[in-house]
Amino acid sequence: MAKNLTPKTTILDAKQMARIIRRMAGEIAERHHGNLGSVLLAGIRTRGVPLAEKIAAEIERMEGAKLPVGILDITLYRDDLSTVGPQPQVKGTHLPRSIDDCAVILCDDVLYTGRTVRAALDELIDFGRPRIVQLAVLIDRGHRELPIQADFVGKKVPTSQSEIIEVSFLSTDSTEQVRILERPTAK
Amino acid sequence: MSPYQGKLLIHGGRVIDPSQDLDEALDLLIEDGRVARLDGAIKKPKDAETFDAAGLVVAPGLIDMHVHLREPGQEYKETVRTGTMAAAAGGFTAVACMANTDPVNDSRSVTEHILLEAQRHGFARVYPIGAISKGLLGEELAEIGEMVRAGARAVSDDGKPVMSSELMRRALLYAQHFDIPVIQHAEDLTLTGSGVMHEGVWSTRLGLPGIPGASEDVMVARDLILAEDTAGRYHVAHLSTARSLDMVRRAKSQKINVTCEVAPHHLILTDEEVAKSGFSTNTKMKPPLRSEKDRAALLNGLADGAVDCIASDHAPHHADEKDVQFSVAPFGIVGLETTLSLCLDRLVRPGILSLPRLVHLLSTGPARVLGVPGGTLKEGSPADVTVFHPDAEVTLSKASFRSKGKNTPFDGWKLHGHPVATFLEGRRTLDG
Amino acid sequence: MTPETPIRWRRKDLLGIAELSPAEIELILDTAESFSEIGERAIKKVPTLRGKTVLNLFFEASTRTRSSFEIAEKRLSADNINFSTSGSSLEKGETLVDTALNLQAMAPDLVIIRHAHPGVPHMLAKRIKAGVINAGDGAHEHPTQALLDAFTIRRHKGRLAGLKVAILGDIEHSRVVRSNIHLLNKMGAKVTIGGPRTLMPVEMEAMGVEVAYTLEDAIRDADVIMMLRVQLERLGRMAFPSVKEYFQLFGLTTARLAAARDDVIIMHPGPMNRGTEIASEVADGPYSVILEQVTHGVSVRMAILYLLSGVHEETV
Repeated sequence: MAKNLTPKTTILDAKQMARIIRRMAGEIAERHHGNLGSVLLAGIRTRGVPLAEKIAAEIERMEGAKLPVGILDITLYRDDLSTVGPQPQVKGTHLPRSIDDCAVILCDDVLYTGRTVRAALDELIDFGRPRIVQLAVLIDRGHRELPIQADFVGKKVPTSQSEIIEVSFLSTDSTEQVRILERPTAK
Repeated sequence: MSPYQGKLLIHGGRVIDPSQDLDEALDLLIEDGRVARLDGAIKKPKDAETFDAAGLVVAPGLIDMHVHLREPGQEYKETVRTGTMAAAAGGFTAVACMANTDPVNDSRSVTEHILLEAQRHGFARVYPIGAISKGLLGEELAEIGEMVRAGARAVSDDGKPVMSSELMRRALLYAQHFDIPVIQHAEDLTLTGSGVMHEGVWSTRLGLPGIPGASEDVMVARDLILAEDTAGRYHVAHLSTARSLDMVRRAKSQKINVTCEVAPHHLILTDEEVAKSGFSTNTKMKPPLRSEKDRAALLNGLADGAVDCIASDHAPHHADEKDVQFSVAPFGIVGLETTLSLCLDRLVRPGILSLPRLVHLLSTGPARVLGVPGGTLKEGSPADVTVFHPDAEVTLSKASFRSKGKNTPFDGWKLHGHPVATFLEGRRTLDG
Repeated sequence: MTPETPIRWRRKDLLGIAELSPAEIELILDTAESFSEIGERAIKKVPTLRGKTVLNLFFEASTRTRSSFEIAEKRLSADNINFSTSGSSLEKGETLVDTALNLQAMAPDLVIIRHAHPGVPHMLAKRIKAGVINAGDGAHEHPTQALLDAFTIRRHKGRLAGLKVAILGDIEHSRVVRSNIHLLNKMGAKVTIGGPRTLMPVEMEAMGVEVAYTLEDAIRDADVIMMLRVQLERLGRMAFPSVKEYFQLFGLTTARLAAARDDVIIMHPGPMNRGTEIASEVADGPYSVILEQVTHGVSVRMAILYLLSGVHEETV
């Protein structure tokens, strides 16, 4: 947890998260029924990656089809580079296959301003021409700054600007939950 | 400038005069430009002016026997006027100026020109040093006799070494007719090559071409052999290496007629300074800043008498000339206005030298090497006097230099001890 | 891997390896790993440095390093402008300081500089607001080369610590060797240098290396062998009598490789003199990673451009 933030409420525990992800996986499988072979899940670093992996695991359990999972590091496509001080670390993008004519489902933990998704779309297009690109997010907290919306939403959570959504996965954070945190005093 | 006509009593100071082995509280009475009396508690003559020297040291006027005044020809770097103003500001009453001017001081007319300028508006005595070779080309002897007759007090091709052994031998022989020293800038140019700093661990790290200590040592060794054979008076300018100093020390014990000087920067800085300063061109001079081992050896030489004097090798350059990449910058730094404070703070304060020994190295020592009057406060001698504070704090500031050259690595250094007043034949040339 | 707080790049300039910490070196190498993937894409370009201006200032001939920087800049979408010695105002007598002030007036974000004189990038860095990257200053440093060398070694050996690296050739005139010694020492490798005594600077041992005077002694049990270019223009300047004699003493041949480890890799910063310091059979042979070095050079330089572009005067 970043400093100066006070936890407010836990909105999802591990069990609830699992149930929601299962439902999202089902929706994706249903939407792409018959075409699952050309679907690629692309997790946006950092916590879009465990989400993509969990969705892939659920789909495999349900349908028996193992979807490829890619990793997008959108750092180099950010629109706020060099206004944020020292450059953030770049950990790299890895797509397991060509995305030409694929259905790429971008996965991220929280949808907020939409700027991350914009960067991810720009990056994705540098890799080829997907047949369709869709967006799956665990939490949609509103406050969009770009005309972007998700195709698959785990939970909509109305928030204020001073709040922060903290999504934790076992693989990255050693706990699994979604919490709302409060910034000390927003100006 | 003419001698001061009248009486001046410098009272209450600590008089240090190595020529008389003096170090005690004495008053000094000057009359018409000469030392009239040196005694405890002199009663102030009615018509005398006074200078209160309480807490200060009163010494024979300091002499810098290695200075580049750049005139004629390079007046944008320095002139006789600005150079002697810098000398007075630094506590010096006399300087010896090198011959690498444009035209070279290899003839009577150039020597006379320098002396005329010095007389017109000099703030210090100027002893011209004539060239050894015509045009500093190292080929044939300059008209040394003519120059001496005009007032030259030594010969040197400084800036360049006399590479030809034969020419050096002849210079050492011929100069004896005039009883003047032959001053050598000891450097084997073939060993120096394209070197720009001392060859050692720092040149290796920085990838800068090195000037090996051997470049100096080979030349000193050769010259000592020639000095022995010719019985000539040989003086090593800006000696910088441990091995050269050892050779000079040994030669002295063998009664070879040799003397040497060292420069303050070689006593205080080492080659590491090039790296520490981030390639500052004010750490580039010839000979280069040497190793710590060399520096330590020079300090020993100061104390044990192997070194005859300290000389600044004051080498002013225009700021534009130094504001270039290290490799192409000219060699040299200014020293007239930093030497005394540096020596007081870095040599006397830590106890490496006694105050009388330092005064000797800066006055009596060089006077003897050059064979000029001065370096003494004996009654009847010209009243060239330097008064300095032995340990008051001062910050060196190139902005306040009288010299046109601001090329110093010591800008901003906080030191203890500084000149307060300089008297040339009793006339005040520095107001503290 | 040990968990640690990720360090951030905070230097305005990259002037040499000597002043870098092991963590900074690792940051550059790790960042370069991420960038290497871009070189494998169909569209080898990211928008990261869009709108940034990079000046490539080469006061000394260079094909490889200059091209490598240019490609790195273009892959990051920076605008770049090249100055080289011929036709530049420096040849017309302009001082370096004036050149620097004029460059500053053009408000570049980064300046890449190569110069024949040690310390010139340092001088420039003090004068201009832009970040300065040293692309080689005389025989002093060539930090990006050492970093790409380290990147290449890490790719093959998985580590730098504990490796034995032999660097051979004209040590005296090589900036590559100096930067490599700094880097390898900091990262825990053991460096042996070898070359003719006439091209060995004094007191090399003080830089933390072993010095060998035969090729066999130098490469014994080596994991990595770096050959340095023999600067043929030094011939006849008393450094060595002929190319033939040099090759006999210090030329790397397959037969001589036997002294090194079986999985040794051979590196060369280029350009190579085949038949002078290295036999073609070695340069083109199975142990050679010389062309990989060139490929990795682009990734490493992209990483450096990226990291430096985030630092401004105010944030330094």
